[in-house]
Parts: sequence; C-alpha cells; structure tokens
Amino acid sequence: MAIETTTLGVLGLIAIMTLTTLVTRFGGVFIMSFLRISPRIESFINTMASSVLIAIIVPMAVSGDLGALAALVATGVAMLAIRKPLPAIAIGLMAAALVRYLG
Amino acid sequence: MNSYPYQFQARKVRAEFFRLLPISLFVVAFGAAFGLAAIQKGLSPLEALLMSTTVFAGASQFAAVDMWGTEVSVLPMMAVVFAINSRHLLMGASLYPMLKDVSPGRRYGLLLLLTDANWAVSAQEYQSGRRNLEVILGGGLVLWLAWILGTALGVYFGGLLQNPKAFGLDMVLGCFLFAMALGGKKSPRVLVAWFVAGAASLAAWKWLPPNMHVVVGALAGGVIGLFWLEPGTRDKQAAVEGDDHGH
Repeated sequence: MAIETTTLGVLGLIAIMTLTTLVTRFGGVFIMSFLRISPRIESFINTMASSVLIAIIVPMAVSGDLGALAALVATGVAMLAIRKPLPAIAIGLMAAALVRYLG
Repeated sequence: MNSYPYQFQARKVRAEFFRLLPISLFVVAFGAAFGLAAIQKGLSPLEALLMSTTVFAGASQFAAVDMWGTEVSVLPMMAVVFAINSRHLLMGASLYPMLKDVSPGRRYGLLLLLTDANWAVSAQEYQSGRRNLEVILGGGLVLWLAWILGTALGVYFGGLLQNPKAFGLDMVLGCFLFAMALGGKKSPRVLVAWFVAGAASLAAWKWLPPNMHVVVGALAGGVIGLFWLEPGTRDKQAAVEGDDHGH
C-alpha cells in the first residue's frame, strides 16, 4: 500500500509515524506492567539500560569517519579524567572538528 | 496508603529543564538539519513542523523523509520507523521500576517525552540509586521545544550552518550518550555486559537487516545481567523464587 503525498496523504503519513513511534514509547512499559519485578528481572533491565548506550555507540564509532572516532575517544578519556559530562562532550566535539579540519 | 508514591517536585522539574538546556542547543542544530532535509524532499514547512511536534524522534524522521516521493509505501515506512525507534521499548522498560510508582495517566504522559538524552540521565541516576523522573518531564520538554524550534529554523531559514559536521555537531548525541555510560556504575559485570552488547550490536549491524543493532546489542548485554546478579541480590532472588514455589 502506498499513500500519495497530497496534503491529506501527508497528514495521514505523519499520523502513522506518530502512532508507530507511540507504540515504541508505550510498549515496553505496558509489557512490564504485567511482569513482577524480581531482582533477576531488575538486574536484566539495569544491565540492558547501559547496554543500550554501548549498542548505539559502537557501530557509530566503527562506521563513522576518523572525526567521529576522535570525538568518542576524546569524550571517553575526558570523562574518565574529569567526570563532568558537559566539558567532556565539548572536548569530544573539538576533537572531531580538529581532526576534520586537518584531514 | 497511596499506591503511587512517586512525588514530583516542581522545582526539580524546572531545574532539569535548565540542566538539559545546553544539550538542547545542539538539538536545535539537528532540528534545523531535519527541517532543511524535509523541505528539500518536498514537505511543506507546516508538515515538517507537525511531524517534529508529534513524532519527536529525530533519526526515524530523517529516515522517513528519505523515503519521500510523490507517494510513500506505508508498510516499509512503518517498518523503518518502528525499527529505529524500537530502542524506546527497552528504554521505557528500564524506567518501569520508577514509572510503576506514578499513576497510569502520568506514566504514559511522561513517555510522550521519552527520548535518548533525558532517558540516559534518568537511567544513569537510577543506577546510582537516585530516582529522577523529573528529568523525563523537564528535560523532555526542553528537548521537544528545541527540536520544534530547530525544525522551524531549518524550514524557514535553511540550514543554520553550512556544514555542521565541520564543527563535530553530528557527534553531540554520540558523545553525550557515551559520557552518560561512563558516568554510570562500572563493575566487572557491567563491563562484561558492555563488551557483549558492543560485539552483538556490531554483528547485527553487519549481518542483520538495518536498524536492528541497538535492540540486539542491548538485549545481549541484558542477558548478562539476567544470569549474573550483583552480589547480594542473589539472596533476595532466592527468597523470591522460594515464595513462588510456596516454600
């Protein structure tokens, strides 16, 4: 099925995108409301939570250019050294800008 | 007894709004890039603004307008949007231990504002034993407004910057999420989970259909937590399982 991108069609497409996204926003919590949170389930979701971050970042680092890699490495080193997110992110962005300027 | 004990503090919601204001400035730049892309693909300014307002999920919006033409195939578009946003399923689930303490109306209301940055702050603080749903509300609000504002700038004024990549702006979210991960609790168990998550995500990114790597990697990391409990929780788990079997 295809929808033509007339005004009405576009509104319909946006509505479909909105509902699809809502399902993802609500779905995890909705399913959890039927489970009893045992310590084992809690341990699962806590480990999963920080794994989400890693699962986003690793392919980003591998598929990106040298600047992307520099940004992540610099952010990581800065974060471990100074433990303050905003300066660490700023350092990461500067590293990317620098590498791309030189590259 | 109040069955929904979580108390929202208006002051903390405001504080979280301003705490995520700096990162929201970068979101404005992303929004502008999206607005420009949407216009170039033939959406009208108001349509692009409406999409940013109601969908509020950047990566999936970029992917959707990429599929734009004189007509759009509905099922492939839904599949792409769902796959890219499926990480929300896991993000929402991870907040459930806190969300169960607010009424269902508020719970699902908060989830309207769930996005990577405010979730990352909340999830990281929860690991350190702090309960912070205010950042989902206050932080989500400022991120949402920034996304709409950025889209407006993009559709009406074109890209704010000729080449945002030259300033490293494409890496803001990546660096932010990485900083959040490193700021969280690090135990051998967490490090093993990260390694498994990273390897699984990379394998899925290479060999599975597009946009599945985040969920695959996150679930793989979660499995480590399922079988390797933090010392001390083992006894609690045994007690619960004992209950289940009626001992």
